Amino acid sequence: MIHFVLLISRQGKVRLTKWYSPYSQKERSKVIRELSSEILSRGPKLCNFVEWRGFKVVYKRYASLYFCICNDQDDNELETLSIIHHYVETLDRYFGSVCELDLIFNFHKAYFILDEILLAGEMQETSKRTTLRLIAAQEELLEAAKEEASSLSSIIAQATK
Amino acid sequence: MNPFSSGTRLRDMIRAIRASKTAAEERAVVRKECAAIRAAINENDQDYRHRNLAKLMFIHMLGYPTHFGQMECLKLIASPGFPEKRIGYLGLMLLLDERQEVLMLVTNSLKQDLNHTNQYIVGLALCALGNICSAEMARDLAPEVERLLQFRDPNIRKKAALCSIRIIKKVPDLAENFINSATALLREKHHGVLITGVQLCTDLCKISPEALEHVRKKCTDVLVRTLRDLANSPYSPEYDIAGITDPFLHIRLLKLLRVLGEGDADASDSMNDILAQVATKTESNKVAGNAILYECVQTIMSIEDNGGLRVLAINSLGRFLSNRDNNIRYVALNMLMKAVTADGQAVQRHRATILECVKDSDASIRKRALELVYVLVNETNVKPLAKELIDYLEVSENDFRGDLTAKICSIVSKFSPEKIWYIDQMLKVLSEAGNYVKDEVWHALIVVITNATELHGYTVRALYRAFQTSAEQESLVRVTVWCIGEYGDLLVNNVGMLDIEDPITVTESDAVDVLEIAIKRHESDLTTKAMALVALLKLSSRFPSCSERIKEIIVQFKGNLMLELQQRAIEFNSILAKHQNIRSTLVERMPVLDEATFIGRKAGSLPGAASTTTMPSVGIPNGEAKPAAPLIDLLDLSSDDAPAPSSSGGDLLHDLLGVDLSPAPQQSGAGQPSKSGTDVLLDLLSVGSPAQSSSSTVDILSSNTNGKSPVSPLDDISSLSLSSRANSNAGAAPMMDLLDGFGPSPSKENNGPVYPSITAYESSSLRLTFSFSKQPGNPETTNIQATFTNLSSTVYTDFVFQAAVPKFLQLHLDPASSNTLPAAGNGSVTQSLKVTNSQHGKKNLVMRIRIAYKLNGKDTLEEGQINNFPREL
Repeated sequence: MIHFVLLISRQGKVRLTKWYSPYSQKERSKVIRELSSEILSRGPKLCNFVEWRGFKVVYKRYASLYFCICNDQDDNELETLSIIHHYVETLDRYFGSVCELDLIFNFHKAYFILDEILLAGEMQETSKRTTLRLIAAQEELLEAAKEEASSLSSIIAQATK
Repeated sequence: MNPFSSGTRLRDMIRAIRASKTAAEERAVVRKECAAIRAAINENDQDYRHRNLAKLMFIHMLGYPTHFGQMECLKLIASPGFPEKRIGYLGLMLLLDERQEVLMLVTNSLKQDLNHTNQYIVGLALCALGNICSAEMARDLAPEVERLLQFRDPNIRKKAALCSIRIIKKVPDLAENFINSATALLREKHHGVLITGVQLCTDLCKISPEALEHVRKKCTDVLVRTLRDLANSPYSPEYDIAGITDPFLHIRLLKLLRVLGEGDADASDSMNDILAQVATKTESNKVAGNAILYECVQTIMSIEDNGGLRVLAINSLGRFLSNRDNNIRYVALNMLMKAVTADGQAVQRHRATILECVKDSDASIRKRALELVYVLVNETNVKPLAKELIDYLEVSENDFRGDLTAKICSIVSKFSPEKIWYIDQMLKVLSEAGNYVKDEVWHALIVVITNATELHGYTVRALYRAFQTSAEQESLVRVTVWCIGEYGDLLVNNVGMLDIEDPITVTESDAVDVLEIAIKRHESDLTTKAMALVALLKLSSRFPSCSERIKEIIVQFKGNLMLELQQRAIEFNSILAKHQNIRSTLVERMPVLDEATFIGRKAGSLPGAASTTTMPSVGIPNGEAKPAAPLIDLLDLSSDDAPAPSSSGGDLLHDLLGVDLSPAPQQSGAGQPSKSGTDVLLDLLSVGSPAQSSSSTVDILSSNTNGKSPVSPLDDISSLSLSSRANSNAGAAPMMDLLDGFGPSPSKENNGPVYPSITAYESSSLRLTFSFSKQPGNPETTNIQATFTNLSSTVYTDFVFQAAVPKFLQLHLDPASSNTLPAAGNGSVTQSLKVTNSQHGKKNLVMRIRIAYKLNGKDTLEEGQINNFPREL
């Protein structure tokens, strides 16, 4: 089971945190601090696994971002690497060659996409197309709600004129 | 309703934060935004609630406190629109965790949303529930989730399946409700539903044996078929990763098959073919393929034995091991570790490659490989493996040395074929990484050295040579100092030369040089310096030519700021100056240290370590007749104030040398021998002590040093305790402790720790003693036998004992043996108590007592508090 997902920038800034196991807010910041110093200091040629507090943290660097997933000790590390890659590819398709700035300004979208791929610390959907279709359907709902709101407010505006 | 009235847009806030040049600037921006958001919350602003929450989430990620926004999440979730709910649920998962009370308030909204007509809202609720639900929520909402497992849209079914995993993990009793709907999911075609169904079944099987039976019987064939279809499926772009269709599903299926095959020959049989196919046919040049192979190997190793398959599996691990990708090698090492227990021989074949991995530049790989090498070592390969590891020690990185040293020491002592080899290897380790060697390791080395009589000369010469090059390694210095103190004469006279040795000429003053360097080196710590002082004292009688020089060195330490050193220097100086006649007997060579006692002490010092075989023991066959080593315990009056034998920490050599560095003894000074932590023997001999006492001590010593013809150790003990009792007016208790501590030592390992009795309460009229025992396996409970003795000359009648304990203890009192206490100690009343310490290991026992009795018909009451219980009760 996945315990948490972290996105950390090269500078140690947190870009996304998702917790599937109970960590109090205090523990969360401690975990982030510990792991980012450990992972950012590792050389480029080393393996992508760090043993940490009896768990295994699998990380992979994409451009300036480190994607980290904390797993149970006996989970399949190579699969976790593939999950990270799967997520990155989905983001890439959604944003169209994703970069760190996309994830900063649209951090909520990164969360929504992650929520369609992982749930309760397990794999939920293995098809990028399905994931993106679900996201698109929900965005349509948003648009519809917005239009409704604006048409409503224009009606109100006209009525109160 | 001006859209620009309440603060900036999210995008603008992020820009402003990113534009901050300093941390202070960023804090200012955040503070301003937070103030605006708080104001909006107070005004109950509805229009920008979701924007504010989005801002808060960003601020939260930067690490600022955002608890004030928690209620906003709940309000958004409760609002009717999808956009508000979506951001509300996101905030809920990010800003809260399951332990917060606020979360309970959301249960109702969740329930409504799970029944919502809009499937995306149902999806949001399932997602939140799956990620953060608590046990209470799981119980409340389980029926909804169960129903959603049959929802028409597959995207809801898959979410509900994963949600169920969280629910059964939180509340395992609910597992059986899910069995039927979960197994139904295994027949689905939709990959998302299938993979989540497989995961749900895996977790069900782990939690409930009933589910395991059911899935094993009904679904094994289905799963095998699904995996076969998947492995043989043609290219499908939607699920393809590096030429493999849905590796994630592959892996989850293999995982579930592993759970089903474990411990069941029939199920294992039915999956053999497909496992063989996956293991041979999967492409292994991409991560995804290797991930499947890895999972497949794991399954093969866990299910019931099929020889052919296992060979196949270990061979693919061998291929992994020679891969250039660090990730693959890491995984292979990890897996070989598990394979060792199944097939040690097959893993041994890859030993050379594994050994190379110990020297890898990657810390994660090194650690894995070292652990693997450690389990691969046995009697036949210990020599080459230890050599490789020790050679590597020279070039290893500092932060790896600690681990490496510990492992080398452990394998060397566990498997060493002969003593000389053990000593050689340990000397190499000490010279390379002596600063990383743990105390018990060099203690064990000294024990082995003393036992190897014919190697004394060889060892001390080798140490002398090693010292010349590696004097910066603390534990090497200590062992050298100790051995020169003991065997200095062998060093100088080249006694017992072995053929393999190069001749060496060491003068007496060279040997003293070593000690002088050790004692004056400023990096030396207190223990080393104290040991060097003892060694100097010993050499003073062995090397008469140097005794003046030695005396000068010792005199220099009479003014040392460290009390321990100062005291020793003063004592030793007085031995040198005033007690020439006994000096040579005093500084006799140590008797051979008993390995069994040493190991036993080590075991005894760790409560719970029942068998000594688990300890890193010095398992060297020893042909000599070993006299028991009473001296060890004789000198061990330095145990703590609460003299539980098991608390003396197994620090044999410290005891031997009388080095007790705990702060307590230093306060008491030399005047109260039995209480002070320093060596009683030395105190007996210290300035101005009566001649009679020293002679009695000498007797003991000599009888012990002649100990090769074993004298009853108890005799010695008692004679010492008598003599010191005569001199030092010591209280009775410590002496008892001495006897207690020694008496049971041969049987100690079996009976667990033994606790000394205490005098719990004493007044002019009454004495109460407690003796303790514990039942094995129940360390929290102590049985106390209370014995009351009447010290007056009148009989006590209507004798009643009452006791009270603090809340963390539970007390049970059995009836007393009598309610009449005979006068003048002519008999006693006993009563059993049972105390259970819920804070065992953290808090000590305490007890308040009240004793009521009638004295000549008059009521008398005595009260007291008992604080002197032995620790660890």
